[in-house]
Amino acid sequence: MSSAKPDASPPARRLPLHWLGIVPFAAFVTLFLILPTMKIVVGAFQTPDGSFTLDNIRGLFTPSILAAYWISIKISIASALLGCLIGFAMASAIVFGGLPKGIRGPLLTFSGVASNFAGVPLAFAFLATLGPVGILTVFLRSNFGFDLRMLGFNLLSFWGLTITYLFFQIPLMILIITPALDGLKREWREAAEILGATGPQYWRMVAFPILLPSLLGTLALLFANAFGAVATAIALTGSSLSIVPILLFAQIRGDVLGNPHLGYALAFGMIVVTGIANAIYIWLRARSERWLK
Amino acid sequence: MKKIWAWGALLFSLLYFTLPLIGMTNFSLKMRRGEYSFDAYGKVFTDPRFQETFTYSVMQALFTIVFGVLLVVPTAYWVRLKLPRLRPVIEFITLLPLVIPAIVIVFGYIRLYNTSSWLPLTGTVTGTNILLMFGYATLALPYMYRAVDTGLRTIDVATLTEAAQSLGAGWATILAKIILPNVLVAVLSGAFLTFAIVIGEFTMAALLNRPAFGPYMQLLGANRAYEPAALAVIAFGITWGCLGLIQLVSRFQKSAPPKA
Amino acid sequence: MSFLSLTSLKKSFGPVQVVHDFNMDIEKGEFVSFLGPSGCGKTTVLRMIAGFETPTSGKIVINGRDQNSLKPNQRNIGMVFQAYALFPNMNVQDNVAFGLKVAGVDKSEIEARVKQMLGLIKLEHLADRFPYQLSGGQQQRVALARAIAVKPQVLLLDEPLSALDAKIRVSLREEIRQIQQQLGITTVFVTHDQEEALSISDRIVVMNAGRADQIGTPFEIYNTPSTRFVASFVGTLNIIEGKVTDPASGSVTIGNQQVALKDPIAGMKGGDSISLALRPEAGSIAEGAKGDTALAGEVVSTSFLGSVIRTRLRVGGDVISFDMFNNPGVTPPVSGDNVTLRFAAKDLLVIRE
Repeated sequence: MSSAKPDASPPARRLPLHWLGIVPFAAFVTLFLILPTMKIVVGAFQTPDGSFTLDNIRGLFTPSILAAYWISIKISIASALLGCLIGFAMASAIVFGGLPKGIRGPLLTFSGVASNFAGVPLAFAFLATLGPVGILTVFLRSNFGFDLRMLGFNLLSFWGLTITYLFFQIPLMILIITPALDGLKREWREAAEILGATGPQYWRMVAFPILLPSLLGTLALLFANAFGAVATAIALTGSSLSIVPILLFAQIRGDVLGNPHLGYALAFGMIVVTGIANAIYIWLRARSERWLK
Repeated sequence: MKKIWAWGALLFSLLYFTLPLIGMTNFSLKMRRGEYSFDAYGKVFTDPRFQETFTYSVMQALFTIVFGVLLVVPTAYWVRLKLPRLRPVIEFITLLPLVIPAIVIVFGYIRLYNTSSWLPLTGTVTGTNILLMFGYATLALPYMYRAVDTGLRTIDVATLTEAAQSLGAGWATILAKIILPNVLVAVLSGAFLTFAIVIGEFTMAALLNRPAFGPYMQLLGANRAYEPAALAVIAFGITWGCLGLIQLVSRFQKSAPPKA
Repeated sequence: MSFLSLTSLKKSFGPVQVVHDFNMDIEKGEFVSFLGPSGCGKTTVLRMIAGFETPTSGKIVINGRDQNSLKPNQRNIGMVFQAYALFPNMNVQDNVAFGLKVAGVDKSEIEARVKQMLGLIKLEHLADRFPYQLSGGQQQRVALARAIAVKPQVLLLDEPLSALDAKIRVSLREEIRQIQQQLGITTVFVTHDQEEALSISDRIVVMNAGRADQIGTPFEIYNTPSTRFVASFVGTLNIIEGKVTDPASGSVTIGNQQVALKDPIAGMKGGDSISLALRPEAGSIAEGAKGDTALAGEVVSTSFLGSVIRTRLRVGGDVISFDMFNNPGVTPPVSGDNVTLRFAAKDLLVIRE
């Protein structure tokens, strides 16, 4: 950040009261966003009587909790990466693929709807499709003798959850990346072409680096989106699949871990994971967008 | 060649996105053996718990919208007008709810505002309702702030304000009569999105033990077979309605003012 | 055989034909401008040379090689766009190096070439800047360096100056011309600004509604426009309407005055309408001015433009302007004055539609 030019700011008044205007906002985010989060962070390092401890954090390193984190992270990465990939393919099909112009509007509207169609009803929709008596399961079994269950597919699994999450991940990617693709100027492509670049060269050397900040940002967002998704997972699996949000949910409800402060540590761990994801994003972004204003 | 993969992508998405919708619709109509019927919907609509929880969530959504608008519009306006250097900070803060999982935030609420704390919001029903509303406002903050800020970008805030001030308007008048009407479409977009988010929200309501629509759906899903599918169709319809309304108001805006 | 030859080029977008039967031969090292109003098809012709548009019919040959089957990236053409089109993710150096990099040129060779190019546009000191850190004029110079770094057979300039400030426009066009002559690159320049085209080109093609109205040197285009469109679009030529009285002696009636043209009027008969053109600087109202032809008129207005004074004169049904150099010793006429404009008969040109 550059420092402000001294001549740009007006002479100071007697009492600088401008900041008063954002007091309500500051109070709100402090009380209902910052403090609650801090409470979790601090609580993760406290014993029930308030003294400092690392025991809660140490308590996370049990096989079952680690496994829960691991599968959560795997699902989040898989659904974020696949969401990005498929969403990107679809967005570029809309923007560059030469599809009829009439498709774009409805598809973007639908993406808006689908990206918000998460939580409990989404789980119901997938249960009705890929569940034990879901329409696709039954159809494949009765018409092709193709039993998804026998083939090892289970909606209450890594792949099941990933496929379900993609229903809101892909549209979110489409919504974010379509404007970015629109922002690629035709002249850049033409300039690259006339300078002798092939299509792939243009994408690798020009278009992709330009899109990279948006891509990384979306990836981080999709990751956090999947990592924090509670409702879909609970409605889909009850509590049979042990992923972190479900574990934390059960812990808040009924202290299933038998140690209230282990809940703090569990939640703290979630903040750390999404925090790391975003730190990686910010770091990569800083490297990839030196050219941005 | 190019067209083939584009059509392929379209076909894939059509399959992937319509199958679950067909699945849930189909399932919701199959309550009666051997024939399609609206029985599941009938059951859902006549369930007093449905009416109760749905009304509760609609009320929550409306309060959240009102609170969100009152909080976000003056703030975004003020930041643009007087504190432009704070914009990156404010923007960062408003994006935090996308990064910090809702379940973590609500866990913090439970521990921070319990009966033995300095602000025992969870001690009373009204207190908990208000806390939940604040929670929803937090969840909706990224969307609301972005929508309003984008709306403000398209108008010349400083000039409008100076013009109004030179005519003797006070801050309240400026906000209510000048700024708000000019960003109305943005505010409405944010409002409908907030509505869509709040109406089906599960985690916060469940953990704060409030009788909202989200937990009701989950409960029904755990115990019934066909009604959940009907609920999913209804929820999808509501989401579609909200997003459709956003499209409608923004189209209205596009056609309303003549091109400069 | 010319270096770049365009033969019977036609282009239609759907039912709209934007280029009609365009023919042009350009010599090696020549600087040719396509001049015309927007929508006249000049950019389309340029984009067909580049390969971004496929001609509906016709032939494009560069250096003896038919280009129709070649993609843009196989043509070895340099192009500068109106909106600069620098790659925003690369600094100046990398932008200039782009074409060499994709061609697989050695690193050391690229470095040397980039250095040479930056020297040519005098921006060595900005090699590490990104496009957003440059002014429009600097960006366009970088775009020029990027286009010529690959030693293109032909350089295409698509209104490269129209997004720039007036001052930079003039200095950059001189720079472009100087670099073009220094390197001897065959260049096609598209513009809607006649002053630009006149000052920079070896030859100009004036285009109108998808056709080439006239092809010639700036001197020919300005002094002897062959159509009314060229006359009105290039410079500020006065158009005077008259009636032919006697084609054989070249006599014409303008209002109620008689003038005699230098040559007989071919292909017209007495009573036909005729359009004549007169350059603003061709006549004078000074006492004892030279000139075998005279037109009387009433002064409508006078504007003082510094070194030049422009007077508008009503003659017959038309208002014509003429310029005279500022002279502190002579008071300019005022509106309402009746004056006589004298000029040489050879300066009165017949305009054919």
